[in-house]
Amino acid sequence: MLGLAKYIVSFSLIIFFINSSVASDRKFNLGQIATKEEITGWDIDVRPDGLGAPIGSGTALIGEEIYTEQCAACHGDFGEGADRWPALVGGEGSLASHDPEKTTGSYWPYASTIYDYIYRAMPYGVAQSLSYDETYEIVAYLLYMNDIIEEDFVLSNTNIGQIEMPNRDGFLLPDPRPDIINTQGNPCMKNCQVSTKIIGRARDIDVTPEDDNS
Amino acid sequence: MKKNNKNELSKLKNRNRRELLIGASSVGAVSLAPKNLLSQEANPENLPPNLPEWTQYLGDGVDVNPYGIPSEFEGHVIRRNVEWLTASAESSVNFTPLQDLEGIVTPNGLCFERHHGGVSVINPQDFRLMINGLVDREMIFTLDDLKRFPQTNKFYFLECAANGGMEWRGAQLNGCQYTFGMVHNVQYTGVKLSDILLETGLKDKAKWVLAEGSDSSGMTRSIPIEKILDDCIIAWAMNGEALRPEQGYPARLVVPGWEGNMWVKWIRRLEFGDKPYMTREETSKYTDLLASGKARMFTWVMDAKSVITSPCPEKPILSKGLHQLRGLAWSGRGKIKRVDVSIDGGKNWKTAQLHSPVLSKSLTRFTLPFEWNGEELKLQSRAIDETNYVQPTIDELQKIRGVNSIYHNNSIATWLISKNGKVDNVRLG
Ligand code: HEC
Repeated sequence: MLGLAKYIVSFSLIIFFINSSVASDRKFNLGQIATKEEITGWDIDVRPDGLGAPIGSGTALIGEEIYTEQCAACHGDFGEGADRWPALVGGEGSLASHDPEKTTGSYWPYASTIYDYIYRAMPYGVAQSLSYDETYEIVAYLLYMNDIIEEDFVLSNTNIGQIEMPNRDGFLLPDPRPDIINTQGNPCMKNCQVSTKIIGRARDIDVTPEDDNS
Repeated sequence: MKKNNKNELSKLKNRNRRELLIGASSVGAVSLAPKNLLSQEANPENLPPNLPEWTQYLGDGVDVNPYGIPSEFEGHVIRRNVEWLTASAESSVNFTPLQDLEGIVTPNGLCFERHHGGVSVINPQDFRLMINGLVDREMIFTLDDLKRFPQTNKFYFLECAANGGMEWRGAQLNGCQYTFGMVHNVQYTGVKLSDILLETGLKDKAKWVLAEGSDSSGMTRSIPIEKILDDCIIAWAMNGEALRPEQGYPARLVVPGWEGNMWVKWIRRLEFGDKPYMTREETSKYTDLLASGKARMFTWVMDAKSVITSPCPEKPILSKGLHQLRGLAWSGRGKIKRVDVSIDGGKNWKTAQLHSPVLSKSLTRFTLPFEWNGEELKLQSRAIDETNYVQPTIDELQKIRGVNSIYHNNSIATWLISKNGKVDNVRLG
């Protein structure tokens, strides 16, 4: 018995060295072990607590320059949004109004998300072209424009998880649906009390595209 | 080269023949406006007792279209977009022409598109799926690796959470396609994520997965581990063929019953962690703002919904007498149990016939015969799913959620049939 156990141990050790993983744990033996280098290249996300934030720092002062160069054409000099491109600044106090304006300042609950998103997706069409420092600088500029930090505040990987965003408590969890009056699968079938008056027609609003090449 | 010339020649020949017969305007991919369908008329020379051209002369041989395309007379069956909705076509959406489809399968080329950074073009040899974070082994899989796992084949609907989003405040867009068309239903072939995880192992602390796309928007969403282990798939095929580029070729995530944005296309990475990642898509977008100014977050399930696909604004009633009302119903919580139809704006309801297959988290087809004698009708449909959830009215939704939610409008729509047979999207109240 003892001999057999020893045999099994040394056998799996051999497999371990061949595959550089414990092959016996793997059901199908498909795929490759990822190297540190491969993971570092692709693992770019940053979590609210700052986990994943790459080493770097920047201030709004420098951020303004890069923003003007690389972002303002679409998002406006002051983040107000040019044409139909999204606004990034403003909208404070508008969320409960008829026309809420959701921006990084008025709506986004975490500063980490601004860093994560800009680094991965902006400038639009040239993704992942900013350096870590440039990204911190631009995020600092947006936070400054939204009156969340001072102009000379040094934003970095060590404090991005601690920035207090104005709408941090603006979100409700968990999902309360189904949230409508529960008729338990037996809704009214006959002579139901509903208003059937027409109060609006899409035709009158007239925003429906028309096929014009016929 | 030679073969192409031959194709061109035979196309030209056919074209000339057809132009003679039906006039130049019907040739090619010309899209017909719904209004023109009303005036489409038959050519008497093709009707009995006459012999049509196609009965006398040879048609095209094989291979004129090595990959077949729909009949030229179906040129109006296309995806359409609403240009004023978005600033750029690379971050935009178009809509499935539900009004022209039958059964429950959406043809691949008609599945609506939603991109945030355009369509990535990826050689399948260059595809890699990385799995990292709280797993026993951080690993990388090629497409070929994925295809060697046990396979799964499942029909699922995919609906954008913003489907019907323009209709919160009132009837805005006059079409079935524009108000309900951000949904499609295909059969996916792929590998269950729970099987892939047998290979990587999973640490006890892993509670969330970050799914990340390789497109230029780096699409990212957090998904709870229970859902990943329950029924999520990495799919490489739809309706029997490779995914279309615009649907994530060569591989995408399938998250059955949950909002389309989570079904990350061009998938490149799954990171396992102990907390949600709070990406831009699940904070700035895909959160449901209530009248109070607070917003619901992580509202993943697509609640039960239905739509009458004919008649509808694009499908007016052309004659009196018997018609088959057709529609689709679906629920992210399971199977559709029943669909009721009203012709008087919701006062009285009749139960429609469901057509098999009735599958969980899949579009389900319903029909109901009805007589039309030129009177005004207010058509509505109401889905009930196997959890006994009843599709709500817009009133019921607005009372609880206000009008600024954008997402998750699964309310009952009303199609007004006028005395001339035209159909309009209207709001009752
Ligand atoms: C060519 C126009 C363009 C340029 C230049 C551009 N963006 Fe954007 N930006 C967009 C578009 C389009 C979106 C929305 C993308 C989508 O729909 O997913 C966007 C979205 C954003 C958002 C998220 C907005 C929200 O409310 O969710 C942020 C933040 C942002 N951009 C920051 C930047 C920064 C910083 C730069 C410069 C480094 C930049 N952008 C350059 C077009 C642009």
